[in-house]
Amino acid sequence: MTSMPKPKISKHLPTNALGLTIRNYEGVMSTLCAGCGHDSVTAALVQAFWELNLAPESAAKVSGIGCSSKTTAYFMGQSHGINCVHGRMPSVATGANAVNGDLHYIGISGDGDSLSIGFGQFAHAIRRNLNMLYMIENNGVYGLTKGQFSASADIGTKSKKGLANEQTPIDPCVQALTLGAGFVARSFSGDKSQLVPLIKAALMHKGFAVIDVISPCVTFNDHAGSTKSYAHTYKYYHPLVHTDFVAQADEITGAPDEDGLLSVTLHDGGVLRLRQTESDYDPRDRAQAIETLMTPSDSGEIRTGLLYLNEDMGDMHASNSLPARPLNTIPQDVLCPGSEALAKLQARYR
Amino acid sequence: MKPTDVKDPDYFHKVVDCQWACPAHTPVPEYIRLIAQGKFTEAYLVNRRSNVFPGILGRVCDRPCEPACRRGRVEEEPVAICRLKRVAADHRDEVAHLVPQRPERTNGKKIALVGAGPASLTVANDLAPLGYECTVFEAMHRPGGLMISNIPAFRLPEEVLDEEIGYIEKMGVEIKLNHRVESLKALKDEGYDAIFIGSGAPKGKDLKIEGRDEAEANIHIGIEWLENVAFEHTKAIGKKVLIIGVGNTAMDCCRTSLRLGADDVKVMARKPREFFKASPWELEDAEEENVEILVNHSPKRFVVENGKLTGMEFELMEYQLDESGRITDTKVAGRKIIPCDDVILAIGQENAFPWIERDAGIEFDKWGVPIVDETTHESTVKGVFFGGDSAFGPKNIIWAVEHGHQAAISIHKHCQGESVAERMPRGLNLNSAKMGVNEWMYSNAFDASDRREMPLVELKQRLADRRKEVEVGFTDEQIITEVQRCLNCDVQTVFEAPLCKECDACLDICPVDCLSIVPAAEEADLRQTLRVPANNTEQAVYVSEPLRDTGRVMVKDEDLCLHCGLCAERCPTSAWDMQDADIFIPHAIEEAEGVAAE
Repeated sequence: MTSMPKPKISKHLPTNALGLTIRNYEGVMSTLCAGCGHDSVTAALVQAFWELNLAPESAAKVSGIGCSSKTTAYFMGQSHGINCVHGRMPSVATGANAVNGDLHYIGISGDGDSLSIGFGQFAHAIRRNLNMLYMIENNGVYGLTKGQFSASADIGTKSKKGLANEQTPIDPCVQALTLGAGFVARSFSGDKSQLVPLIKAALMHKGFAVIDVISPCVTFNDHAGSTKSYAHTYKYYHPLVHTDFVAQADEITGAPDEDGLLSVTLHDGGVLRLRQTESDYDPRDRAQAIETLMTPSDSGEIRTGLLYLNEDMGDMHASNSLPARPLNTIPQDVLCPGSEALAKLQARYR
Repeated sequence: MKPTDVKDPDYFHKVVDCQWACPAHTPVPEYIRLIAQGKFTEAYLVNRRSNVFPGILGRVCDRPCEPACRRGRVEEEPVAICRLKRVAADHRDEVAHLVPQRPERTNGKKIALVGAGPASLTVANDLAPLGYECTVFEAMHRPGGLMISNIPAFRLPEEVLDEEIGYIEKMGVEIKLNHRVESLKALKDEGYDAIFIGSGAPKGKDLKIEGRDEAEANIHIGIEWLENVAFEHTKAIGKKVLIIGVGNTAMDCCRTSLRLGADDVKVMARKPREFFKASPWELEDAEEENVEILVNHSPKRFVVENGKLTGMEFELMEYQLDESGRITDTKVAGRKIIPCDDVILAIGQENAFPWIERDAGIEFDKWGVPIVDETTHESTVKGVFFGGDSAFGPKNIIWAVEHGHQAAISIHKHCQGESVAERMPRGLNLNSAKMGVNEWMYSNAFDASDRREMPLVELKQRLADRRKEVEVGFTDEQIITEVQRCLNCDVQTVFEAPLCKECDACLDICPVDCLSIVPAAEEADLRQTLRVPANNTEQAVYVSEPLRDTGRVMVKDEDLCLHCGLCAERCPTSAWDMQDADIFIPHAIEEAEGVAAE
């Protein structure tokens, strides 16, 4: 952390369509360790929200417990938010989403919060196809309790004391794919050129969008022998797909017929432009995505990018026929039919 | 683009915009920090080493530092650097024993200095303590040059002048007053080892238009008139006064007129306001005293009735400007007579050397300006040096001081038989400012306060007494606030590429988004690939060696950096460090002692 908050200087900064500078999307001072990947993820979220011209108050930030879950305080101080029980963020997000589907839900979680204590919650949020961006800030350790291996630690990765992990890791992207998530991506806190378009696309995707972000723990898991250090990630970093998000309002330029370029229109009219960086990878092919992730790479490469996308799934609101209007905009007399209606209902069970 | 060489003393010097802009390279942030610590005497002495006259310059400096100040780019107003200089001078203790002293014995070398203005006095200040026997020849009955004759006492009290000139006299410098040098040849014949000419630009320009001769009694040349007022030869002026010209001398003339009995003073400008030569703050000060400034009035003739000046006729001008603000077309839209009792001409001044014989060997250009080397200040005659306004035409006090410093180095080398062209280079000492975790040896917090306003003496009171100093000086509260506005630009961000792990922490925390990690490219392209394009090409971009993991480069746009140190606080490996850059500017004493930068 730093000794003081970032001074609010914005004279040099451009404004977006709402007349806001990127400063208006920042939050309070981060208390994470200096160099923590999570702070970069925070900065990427800030940038994506600013670029999308979304009002800060149109977002609801939800998180559980952990270093990652603290970060919701560090961006968009003017948004809604709750920091709830460990691993139970998806339930709270479900409730919030059910009563107000108009907000952009941003869930921030970690490998502990999602893959250990909250594993079941994570799975069922995907099943419900909750319309939210679900970020896993994945560093392979429990940083807040001094660096024990988490469920995402790779076999053979070394702890700070030099001990190797022997348990099988849980890959959140494989889990999300097998559970039926419609938007699955992996990225790296050190590459905002990849992460920011992914966040923008995920926010515009109607349904559950998970981004597993490798976000190194600078204090407990950034040494030689760690497979989630900055140096290791940079060395084996391998984008499978290059993602460009073009918002509906932006002019679409460039070469659409470039080799390997694939355009996918999102539900809001924005366009995702995907370019293969390796032959024959099609992010619309779920089986291929699972196979690719489950096939160990000889060179140890870390496959990143938008791994899978399916825009044709109905989200929780659609499948449960929930009201389109947020409950807080529905007049009280409509929302609550009154004691007469209650009496009628109760009469049916007599 | 090649990695930036931060060992080049000029690189970090340019980042300290104020110090770079100051002709004498006063280490501004350093003395502001000393003021912040209540070390006024030390702050005064740091100033004095560079600019010799902190009390004088703290009131009347042309302040090239302030338009350059980074703070003016970050928000609206620069730090009140000049005001703070005066704070150091006002609040210091006795310094007579701390300034350079008269040497025990002289070295036998005799130096003649012509004119007791800031240039000559600086030469004497630098050379006398080294043992040189300095004799200053001054035509007036008081030393100070234009500082006493042209700058009104309500801006610069005589006591301040006397005190700071007094320190130099006490070094054993002889100032011969009422002693006008009439012949360079005769002076040379007196056997001086070197001659320094700092005789200023003493000739005010005249305006030879219709009626000039008939109205002679009521038309005054600005700098001559100010001198007559200063030495009390002139004690009154008419009720209605027109000032022709809109430079700083014009501002002194209009404000002085008000103090001599005028009640309707107009400054007549030929062009629109953006072309005014006067410093913005001097214009404000005059307007604050209800001086009216009329634009687009071009003088046509003096109106004389019954042998007496009654007014002046002007052509009313209209100008067409292009996008860059240049005049593309001029039109006369009409004429107008403005009644007046007196006119003061403040339309510029020129060098004048009636005392330098044309066969004395000094070459002049076609405008009558001597040909002088810009570095050594030597004329076309070996051993004869020029400085101040007499060297390259009218500038200001702080330039005169710097000329004096450079000429003193040349005179020392000349007298020691060394080449005047081979001079000690500037140097740089960099020391980490880190004191502990997130603790620095300077206050790195950003203070958002606005610039403090100088309190002034009430209008009626100041007009009643020509000598009453208008500016009161900062209050304690103002000092405390203003010092914190300084961004400490001399505490530099220094980057060690091999330590960087590209975690982006510095990029994310930077409050002015001046850091980027990008693929290496040529400068013009590189500037456009940064997170905020570096479009101010007057400011450098700092480019690192290629980084370990990706081969990209760390780039810092120096333009808006707050020097807040957050990049260094957020850096997990101390690849970024805040380091105090001490810029070493050699003077004659370092040349004499052979002490370069450590």
